[in-house]
Amino acid sequence: MAIIEPGHAAKQLIYERIFRSATFTAAILVLLILGGVAASLLRGAWPALSHFGFSFVTREIWNPVTDQFGALAPIYGTVVTSLIAMLLAVPAGFGIALFLTELCPPLLKRPIGVAVELLAAVPSIIFGIWGLFVLAPVLQRHVQPWLIGSLGNAPAIGRLFKGPPYGIGILTAGVVLAIMVLPFIAATMRDVFDTVPPMLKESGYGLGATTWEVIWNVVVPHSRAGIVGGVMLGLGRALGETMAVTFVIGNAHRISSSLLAPGTTISSAIANEFTEAVGDLYTSSLIALGLLLFLITFTVIALAQAMLRRLERRVGAAV
Amino acid sequence: MNRRMLRKFKNGAFLTLSLLATLTGLACLAALLWTLISHGLGGMSSRIFTQMTPPPGGQGGLLNALYGSAVMTLLGILIGSPIGVLAGTYLAEYGRSSRLSTAIRFINDVLLSAPSIIVGLFVYEVVVVRMGHFSAIAGALALAVLAIPVTLRTTEDMLNLVPVGMKDSSAALGAYPWRTTLSVLYPAARSGIVTGLLLAIARISGETAPLLFTALNNQFWSNNLNAPMANLPVVIFQFALSPYKDWQDLAWAGALIITVTILLLSISARVLLALLQMQRGS
Repeated sequence: MAIIEPGHAAKQLIYERIFRSATFTAAILVLLILGGVAASLLRGAWPALSHFGFSFVTREIWNPVTDQFGALAPIYGTVVTSLIAMLLAVPAGFGIALFLTELCPPLLKRPIGVAVELLAAVPSIIFGIWGLFVLAPVLQRHVQPWLIGSLGNAPAIGRLFKGPPYGIGILTAGVVLAIMVLPFIAATMRDVFDTVPPMLKESGYGLGATTWEVIWNVVVPHSRAGIVGGVMLGLGRALGETMAVTFVIGNAHRISSSLLAPGTTISSAIANEFTEAVGDLYTSSLIALGLLLFLITFTVIALAQAMLRRLERRVGAAV
Repeated sequence: MNRRMLRKFKNGAFLTLSLLATLTGLACLAALLWTLISHGLGGMSSRIFTQMTPPPGGQGGLLNALYGSAVMTLLGILIGSPIGVLAGTYLAEYGRSSRLSTAIRFINDVLLSAPSIIVGLFVYEVVVVRMGHFSAIAGALALAVLAIPVTLRTTEDMLNLVPVGMKDSSAALGAYPWRTTLSVLYPAARSGIVTGLLLAIARISGETAPLLFTALNNQFWSNNLNAPMANLPVVIFQFALSPYKDWQDLAWAGALIITVTILLLSISARVLLALLQMQRGS
C-alpha cells in the first residue's frame, strides 16, 4: 500500500473543490445562456419596440423603404404553417406510434423505429431543398389544382383554397413542417405508449376488447399527459423551424386569405432579411421578431416539458 | 351490420390507417434519400473535394466550404462539449435533486428544442456586434451553444446508469468524489458519453440558421478565425436558391455529403449504444 503523505488529504480537498466548482460553473452557465438569450434579444429589439410600441404586433405593414414594420404577417404565417403541420403530423405520428407499440412484428420494430428516428436527424436545410425542388412541383401540379377544384368552391373554407397554384406558399411550408416534426411526435408518443403497464392492456383484451378499443380506452387515457407533451414538443419545433420553411414559403409580407398563396414566417423573415437589413430600425425589428419567436416557443416547450415531467413522476411513483 | 361486425370493422379501419401512416413516414424518408442520391451523385466529382466554390456560372468544388464546416463544427464541439459534460456531471453527482438542478435540467430541455435561429441572433448580438464583423469564431460559438444541451443530457443519463456499487466501492477506498468521477464513473460511462458527442456533432454539422449571421460565408479558402468562413450549409442555401445550374448541382452534391455524414454519425451513435446495452445485459 502506498504511504500517505502528510499533505495528502489537504491536497485532495483542494482538487475536490476545484473539480466541484468547475462542474458547478458549467451548470450555472446553462442558466446564464438562457438569461443571456433573453437579455440580448430584449436589448436588440428595444429600439423597434419603443418606436412602434404595441402596434408592432398588430400591424401588417412591412416596408423597409419607409421604415415601417409590423409583425402581424410573420406571426400569422408562423401560426398557420404550424397549425397545418400539426393537423397532418399529429394523426400520422399517433398512427406510427400505435403501429410500433401494438401492431409491428417484433423483428421489424427496431428497424422501423430507427428509420423514423433517422428522419429526425436529417438537417432542416435538406428538407428545404427537397421541398422546393421535389415536393412543391408535385403539389403544384397534382394536389393544389385538385384542392382548388374541389374545396375551392365549398362554402366557408372555400376561400382558403382559392387563387393560382403557386407551388410554394403557406400550405407547402405546412406540409414540409409536418414531415419534419412527424418523427419527433411519433417517437415521443411511442415512448409514452411503452410506459402503459401491460397488465392494464391485458385486462382490456381479457374483457374481449378489440385492439383499437384497448388503444382508445386504455392506452390513450393512461398516456394523455404524455401525448399532449409530445404534441407540444412537435409544435415548438414547427414554430421555430427556419431553413425548411425559408425555401418554400415564398417570403411575402402579407396576409392572404388563401393557403396556397406565398407568405412569411417569423424565422424565415429573419433568415431571409437579416444580413441584408440596412438601418438600425430594420435590424431591430427583425430582432424583435426573434424575441417574439423566443417567447412563443419558450412557452410552448416549457408547457410540453412540464407535462412530460408530470408523466415521468407518475410512472416513477407507480413502479 | 350488427354490433360485433361494426366493432371489428372499426378495429380493422384504424389499424389499417396506422399502417398507412407508418408507410407514409417511411416513404418520406425513402423519397428524400432517393432525391438526394439521384441529384447528388450527378453533381459529384473529384472537383468537389479539390476546388473552391466557383463564381456564378463557373465550375468549381466545395473544398473551402467542407473545410470551414469541419473547422467550425470541431471548434463548436471543443468549446461546447466540455461544458456539457461538466454540467451533466454536476447534475448527476453533486446537485442530484436540489432545486437548482431541477431548474437547470428544465432549462436545458428547453434549450434542447429551442429554435436554432434564436441562438444565431443571440451570438450575433453578443459577439458579432461587439467585434464589428462576422467571423468563424462567432459561428463556432453559436454551434457550441447548440452542442451543450445534447452533451449535458446524455452525460447525466449515462452517469446515472453507472451502478451505485462502483461509486460506493471507490468511496470506501477513500477516494474523493472528483477522483471517483474521473477514475471510475467516466471510464464506466465512456461509450455513453461518446454517443452524446456523436449526436452533438450530428446535430450541429447540419445547422444553417445560426451560421447565417455569425460565420456568414466566404467564397475563398480562409484560415482566419476572425473573418467570415465558408461552410457547407450556408453554401447549400445560397447555391440551391440561385438560378445557375452549376451552383444548383453543387448544392445537391453538398446536400448528399452532409446527409450521409449525419446519418452515419447517428447510426454509429446508435450502434455504440446498442453495444453498451449488450455489455450491460451480459
